[in-house]
Amino acid sequence: MKQLFSREPFALLAFSVVILAMPLWLTPLGANYPDLLQKFAIFAIFAMGFNILFGLTGYLSFGHAAFLGVGSYAAVWSFKLFTMNVLPAIFFGVAFAGLFGLLIGYISLRRSGIYFSILTLAFAQMCYNLAYSVLTPITNGETGLQLTLQDPRIIDRAFAEAGAGLPETNLFGIDMSGYPGFYFCAVMLIICFFITRRIFNSPFGLMLRGIKSNQNRMGYTGFATRPYTLTAFVISGMFAGLAGSLLAVTDPLAGAERMQWTASGEVVLMTILGGVGTLIGPMLGAWIIKYFENIFSSFNNATLENAFSFLPEGLRTMAVDVSSLFVGEGWHLTLGVLFMLIVIFLPGGLMEGWRRLLRRFSGGGGGKSETAPVVQPAE
Amino acid sequence: MDAILLQFLNGLDKGGAYALIALGLTLVFGTLGVVNFAHGALFMLGAFCAVTFNKLLSLEQVVLDETKKTAWGTATEIRTPYIESWFGELGSFLLDYSVPVSILVTIPVMLLIGIVMERGLIKHFYNRPHADQILVTFGLAIVIQEIIKHYFGANPIPQAAPDIVDGSANIGALFGLGDNIVYPWWRLVYFGFSATIIASVFAFLQFTTYGMVVRAGMRDSETVGMLGINIQKRFTVVFGLAAVVAGLAGVMYTPILPPDYHMGMDFLVLSFVVVVVGGMGSLPGAVLAGFMLGILQSFASMTEIKSIFPGIDQIIIYLVAVVILLTMPRGLMGREGVMEE
Amino acid sequence: MSRLTMTRRGLLKAGAASGVALAAPMSFVRGAYAEDFCNMPTGGSVTLGFNVPQTGAYADEGADELRAYQLAVKHLNGEGDGGMLNTFSSKALKGNGVLGKKVEFVTGDTQTKSDAARASAKRMMEKDGAIMITGGSSSGVAIAVQGLCQESGVIFMAGLTHSNDTTGKDKKRYGFRHFFNAYQSGLALGPILAEQFGKERRAYHLTADYTWGWTQEESIKNATEGLGWDTVEAVRTPLGAGDFSQYLTPVLNSGADVLILNHYGKDMVNSLTQAVQFGMREKQANGKDFQIVVPLFSRLMAQGAGDNIKGILGTTNWNWSLQDDGSAAFVKAFGQEYGFPPSQAAQTCYVQTLLYADACERAGTFAPPQVIAALEGFEFDGMGNGKTLYRAADHQCMKDVLVVRGNENATSQFDLLEVVKIVPRDQVTYDPSIFGGELGPADAKAC
Repeated sequence: MKQLFSREPFALLAFSVVILAMPLWLTPLGANYPDLLQKFAIFAIFAMGFNILFGLTGYLSFGHAAFLGVGSYAAVWSFKLFTMNVLPAIFFGVAFAGLFGLLIGYISLRRSGIYFSILTLAFAQMCYNLAYSVLTPITNGETGLQLTLQDPRIIDRAFAEAGAGLPETNLFGIDMSGYPGFYFCAVMLIICFFITRRIFNSPFGLMLRGIKSNQNRMGYTGFATRPYTLTAFVISGMFAGLAGSLLAVTDPLAGAERMQWTASGEVVLMTILGGVGTLIGPMLGAWIIKYFENIFSSFNNATLENAFSFLPEGLRTMAVDVSSLFVGEGWHLTLGVLFMLIVIFLPGGLMEGWRRLLRRFSGGGGGKSETAPVVQPAE
Repeated sequence: MDAILLQFLNGLDKGGAYALIALGLTLVFGTLGVVNFAHGALFMLGAFCAVTFNKLLSLEQVVLDETKKTAWGTATEIRTPYIESWFGELGSFLLDYSVPVSILVTIPVMLLIGIVMERGLIKHFYNRPHADQILVTFGLAIVIQEIIKHYFGANPIPQAAPDIVDGSANIGALFGLGDNIVYPWWRLVYFGFSATIIASVFAFLQFTTYGMVVRAGMRDSETVGMLGINIQKRFTVVFGLAAVVAGLAGVMYTPILPPDYHMGMDFLVLSFVVVVVGGMGSLPGAVLAGFMLGILQSFASMTEIKSIFPGIDQIIIYLVAVVILLTMPRGLMGREGVMEE
Repeated sequence: MSRLTMTRRGLLKAGAASGVALAAPMSFVRGAYAEDFCNMPTGGSVTLGFNVPQTGAYADEGADELRAYQLAVKHLNGEGDGGMLNTFSSKALKGNGVLGKKVEFVTGDTQTKSDAARASAKRMMEKDGAIMITGGSSSGVAIAVQGLCQESGVIFMAGLTHSNDTTGKDKKRYGFRHFFNAYQSGLALGPILAEQFGKERRAYHLTADYTWGWTQEESIKNATEGLGWDTVEAVRTPLGAGDFSQYLTPVLNSGADVLILNHYGKDMVNSLTQAVQFGMREKQANGKDFQIVVPLFSRLMAQGAGDNIKGILGTTNWNWSLQDDGSAAFVKAFGQEYGFPPSQAAQTCYVQTLLYADACERAGTFAPPQVIAALEGFEFDGMGNGKTLYRAADHQCMKDVLVVRGNENATSQFDLLEVVKIVPRDQVTYDPSIFGGELGPADAKAC
């Protein structure tokens, strides 16, 4: 397994198969509908990109959602002004997020540790607060930026008359809603996986890890570390911008709350939950959180009654009463308990669990997977 | 002029609240080195100590009146609070003063919660990466919140200040500045209260031997441990103290902000900003930053300033944070080497 | 390591299998085009999607909406006492489900965020096969979900949303609103304000700085200025500010004698509590008693402000103390089921569900174009708001609006609002063209 996975074509192929077959293997979990599949792919990209910064350099950004939001707004504006084709939208989303990343990164990376986190948080919160209120002409505030019948869409209009309803986002004629939208996002995810893997194994990635374990020492050896961290920051911002524009591609709406600190916090949690610094850990974390948000929240007492229908009357009522605390309006509780359990019993996140499992099966010894476990310097 | 004076008062009041919340956080975050995302939840728990105390006091005896029916056909309920029927005058006095009196309940409860939290959970995370601390305390905060929501609902629950401090003080007349400067009594009480708490925490750390050892332990726990002092125990007490300070901030804030289960999260980000702007590991820094941000926020909300910079009141806190962190690398009064990894 | 080693051959097999897997969902999509419209009910039941806030600041309101929906489903399926089905002027519903199909429902959490609300609505459409989506507790969410429903060809019956935009600038053919709006609040409240406080008043607005706040501020401003009031100042406050003291102190010496709080939810509770703390209810200004007005009142939220709401004027869509047959029947059914009276959010959600079911029954089909046609211009009575018209031009219900006051002598913990006046429908009817916007097409869509 280890030898196989370290060979790039196989790793890539295996990953692609797993991702593209998601509609199949998610069926028993009740998660095989387009919207959730799209979200799985998109937030995996978001978390993977975040991990390039946090996992490799150790810089904890608490404002990454700003790039997600910027990507979405840029993409929706591209739909409104130019064309419903998704490629320009993605281009603009990634480009604008990259620009923002350059700007915010250049300033924030002057500080490290918690000071860096608070700087990024401050920038993201400013973006959110302004987008929600005074920037409403650009962002449409609370309601979120949506397509309207009055949009100019100059490129599309040059070829065809506007229809009666709103047009759909498309890739040269293929509508990007439903399953085609998912496969599009999935392909993007596979490309991102490929890039991330390359970065992890490149001299650049090694350099970033060096910065994480001891920035001063890196400085003493004659490296200017700032350009490296800034590059990592911008790349990770562009991943977030891509995720944001894909959100707009599959559903052309951009809301300000995408930039709120809770959204930034969510990607931090996804990454830690899955395993900081591992290649696919953040993706798993993203899936778990999105799964809980979309599936657990939808259970109500009627669903539970059905689920426990095999139990006798008295027992059933009890089972429904107890489990109803954790689903529906109580899905936050389940998430909170899960966070605590994982971090208490699996320090290092889900990937640590996977590694332990592997170690047990292979009888100790060779269970070390390709990505080194997180080494974080003590205080 | 009056307007500026009033805004200054607002700033002091806000600053008192921010400083109080940040003080507890900086005790834990800046000194024990634990990123405690559950600090907001402690603030909220304090507020709900007041709510619970009030609810207990106003437990009602329900008598069904079969002669009158409600709109949906059941008998109407006649409710009389037990406490009034048992204690008469004293009972209604207790009800009236439930917020300040509940401080007496809050201190032991929050101390206990703090100690249990530290011994049961936080203790195991001192040497773990910050990432793990964030995840576990965030999870804990959600669990606490959801438990409160389950019992108290999501709506805010009003808490009244005692009648005697209802209404406003005519400060202007008191100092001969004209009649236009009136300010609510309760907010003045809150300011005085926060100043007292801040002063006592400082006095405890500065002038008692216990506090001295704690301060020494914050600087270098290893050496203090080698001197044969059980520094772990002291850290537990510090955590308990932080919980009490957060809880008290919550209790006294209830008449200003009707508490709901989510109020902790609303203050969480702000309290982190205050602590970091003040500088990691510095208690005076946190207090100073709290007051500074409070006052600046008040002035930024004035229409005169908003007409020059639209939306400035939305972002002032973050803007100030950015400017300060860029000009002063470790915040206002931060110590070198704390949380810079 | 040995046991988990993958062979090249095994991998090839897996690849082939996933190729098949790829093809499978594509054929589902193709199959969908065979249907007439999205989620056409084929079995013996029909599924409705109830999308309400279950977490966050509006969770209690969401819970009350959900109670109302469940009650409505019961009544539609012929269980319970039938509630408003007995008083509803249209007698198409028989209590045997809708068009003979049993009504079932799915629920979801909007979190009061447009993204989460749309994700939840999409789940209902794509996975659960919901034929109608309803609910919500804020205008941002309502407009976002309404847009989605228009694109997907699924009817959206809005819950609590008060912004003019929902049936104004952002109106949609597939979206319907029973709740009243900010403009109607202004029309209803204006004359009462003049009657109670006189025509020479100077108003100071504090407005939540987002779309709903602005539309309400504008509506109330227009209405009061039309009566001869002055507007001293209109100040925007950040959403979720918590402490409003820095916005309240300037009011004291501004020369204003009325404070209008264009806030909702937690913001309203906080700003009102603090305004009273600043002595604004006892204050005298310009030789008159200072007054506070909260244009949109909700009983559930008012509970959070406690005694501070006593004597304060505002508007509301409906209140359980109304004595008409429809209201009485609903309060009775709801109270017997849950032990306390329903909120205005519950009423609007209950009525919306019944109206949708009735429209399907009258149209004789679930096909959205016909159902929309049945709802447009539909005139009905017996649902608690007097004679009501679902206006065809903007899908806004035209009905009476209640002007209420915080009850000074409440007889129970639920008796918080006292009805000052029921403003008749023609006084709050306005020209639908003033807000612009287009409804868009009604053609059915496959999904």
